[in-house]
Amino acid sequence: MADIRVKFKKIFIYLAIACCNGTGDVLLKRGMENLGEIHLNHWTHIFNAFIDPWVLLGICFLAGFFYSYLTALSWADLTFVLPATAFGYVVTAFLSRVFLHETVSPWRWAGVLLITCGVGLVARGPSLTERHTKDATLSKDSALAKDTTLSKDPSLAKDAALSKEQHELA
Amino acid sequence: MNSLKLWTAIGMLVLASSAGDVMLSAAMKRIGDLDLIRMEKGLLGVISHVVRERLFLLGLCCLIFSFFCLLTALSWGDASLVAPASASLTYICSAIMAKFLLHENVDRRRWLSAALVCVGVLLLVK
Repeated sequence: MADIRVKFKKIFIYLAIACCNGTGDVLLKRGMENLGEIHLNHWTHIFNAFIDPWVLLGICFLAGFFYSYLTALSWADLTFVLPATAFGYVVTAFLSRVFLHETVSPWRWAGVLLITCGVGLVARGPSLTERHTKDATLSKDSALAKDTTLSKDPSLAKDAALSKEQHELA
Repeated sequence: MNSLKLWTAIGMLVLASSAGDVMLSAAMKRIGDLDLIRMEKGLLGVISHVVRERLFLLGLCCLIFSFFCLLTALSWGDASLVAPASASLTYICSAIMAKFLLHENVDRRRWLSAALVCVGVLLLVK
């Protein structure tokens, strides 16, 4: 049961990272097309981008990408999560073909195929290898260490020192 | 001379973005599962947890620095060279850093996939 949940979580976070990354980029490109070219002499024009609804939507998607990227990193290896960000290029290629009507050359489709193979390879493997057992023993050790310090009870020692001081003062 | 300048910028960009990714990864491992934190304390709790982690801020600074390196490199060279070259080198560099700094178990499967993704990204500009 837990196994299925972990598998579902992996697939979901992969899709979230790839889709948010790819869609965000395409939306930004769509918005910047509306804006036209930006010249260095009039670089303040770039702030007009923040009024464009496409750009704002793109920024929202990229924020979603960053959030899901951080979530994935909190329970998976970096080398497991990184290919998911590359999968965003695949989403970008499809979206720019359909949505922006750009032509995608055969070389690009070959690149898309290679990236998909690479992502598939890693996604089928374990997300966090070997670390589980090590971490479990480590946390047990630290818990034990905490217990021993607690049993010494520093507050008691402090009380004793205080009463000694008061005694001397008196 | 110009190409030396360009490749220096690309090298710095690759190093900075890999280092940033490695730091983010280490920071998130230290914070713990974000899904669990969100269930307990909500989205604001997650943000305050993440922002208070010093390693996360350091990683973010690295990523911002790498972004400025990217802008510099783009002003010196073609976008069709800079973007894919830096992206694909970053995958390899991050895999190496993850193996030696984060002690991740980068097995043959992950090396192969890093190589495939690297070549795939290079092909995207053809």
